Amino acid sequence: MRLKKPRLIVTFHTTTAAMGMEIACSRAGLPGRLIPVPREITAGCGMAWCAPPEAQADLEAFVTKENITTAGWYELTL
Amino acid sequence: MIYLDNAATTLKKPDCVVAAVTEALCNMGNSSRGTHDSSLKSARAVFAARSSLAKLFNAPGPEQVVFTQNSTEALNMALCGLFCKGDHVITTALEHNSVLRPLYRLEDEGVISLSVVPADRQGRPDYDAFSRLIRPETRAIVCTHASNLTGNVMDLERVGAIAKSHGLLLVVDASQTAGAYPIDMKRMNISVLCFTGHKGLMGPQGTGGMCLARDVRIRPFKVGGSGVQSYSRAHPAEMPTRLEAGTLNGHGIAGLGAGVDYILEKGVDAIHAYEIALAKHFYEGVRDIPGVTVYGDFTNWNRTAVVTLNIGDYDSGAVSDALWEDFGIATRPGAHCAPLMHHALGTAEQGAVRFSFALFNTLDEADAAIAAVKELAQCD
Ligand SMILES: Cc1ncc(COP(=O)(O)O)c(C=O)c1O
Repeated sequence: MRLKKPRLIVTFHTTTAAMGMEIACSRAGLPGRLIPVPREITAGCGMAWCAPPEAQADLEAFVTKENITTAGWYELTL
Repeated sequence: MIYLDNAATTLKKPDCVVAAVTEALCNMGNSSRGTHDSSLKSARAVFAARSSLAKLFNAPGPEQVVFTQNSTEALNMALCGLFCKGDHVITTALEHNSVLRPLYRLEDEGVISLSVVPADRQGRPDYDAFSRLIRPETRAIVCTHASNLTGNVMDLERVGAIAKSHGLLLVVDASQTAGAYPIDMKRMNISVLCFTGHKGLMGPQGTGGMCLARDVRIRPFKVGGSGVQSYSRAHPAEMPTRLEAGTLNGHGIAGLGAGVDYILEKGVDAIHAYEIALAKHFYEGVRDIPGVTVYGDFTNWNRTAVVTLNIGDYDSGAVSDALWEDFGIATRPGAHCAPLMHHALGTAEQGAVRFSFALFNTLDEADAAIAAVKELAQCD
């Protein structure tokens, strides 16, 4: 398997919110991509935003500005 | 891209399906709403699709084929429209949430009581439990034809015989088998067969339905426009209009009909044989890789073309993401909407990576998937 590194993971309550995050970030040129929710956060299904940890401040400010509802913010080594 | 997520939805559709949807979008009016040519075109396409589906499943006739948005809607309509207060229902640990959640809700509302046939570590149902769980107030057995997680197929002739001998309804979730595995409603004693259009039937998403045995009556959960009997206060009681209120997804159904005709022409047995050959090749290529655990019963190939596995203790989501990012292989990780099955297999926490093959996959793609699993397992 791949080499693990620290990643920022943002989760959402719905797929609609996750898609809203993807489109808004890509428009704003902010980093990250959608991945399956890691089991460290919740076993099951769904998608999460995965970005470099150094982008956290920018992303936090961005979701507040854009009114995107997030469920949780995590830093994990994945 | 190598698409191996066909149990979620088939990505590649036959050309005739694409052509039928395009033709429908350009030329079809509203089915059963007038007799001008555009309306009749739609009515004819819908009727043709009903007839083809009835033939594919050996259903009593086109009037017993009802269209819905998908199998989830069909299952909800069937389960909520069949049962009355006090009924006891038997289901299985193989089920998808589209069966479990409507049943749990009916149970929580105090309408039905529910018993679950358990499964072993290979995901095989305990067939003896069906008879054991029957009570005087048992009304129905509700079960899947195949597990979407393991690909194990339920022996429906056996379950149908049990249902028949006890006078029970048999409601079947054929989401994973319709178009990909032989189904015979009469031989299997199926009362209600729920199917989805976008998987093995190779139609568009937003299509699905159910076939009813002649004597089965379901309370409609929606009523409204039907194109007939407009001055009657009540929605028509005749099938299939009884269970179809509002404009049908004519454009989608035209595509679904083309998909079913394509399947009838190729033959379900031939399609199954092709898909299983790919799944078998993949299974034989991965089962002995150190660190790989494959789930399900592979003692025979009366199953669907699904091979589900994990690598070591890795999160199935991380494995699936690596397969996609590093190898361009599309699979499905995590929990597959089948919570009881995950518990039986012991994968509730880890989830599992599902590889599912279809008619447009090739042996080369199966080989590429084997190589990818090998490589990921090696750097474990
Ligand atoms: C066994 C099973 N039942 C039900 C469903 C639900 O199908 P749909 O989402 O098309 O309603 C699926 C699809 O994922 C399935 O695999």
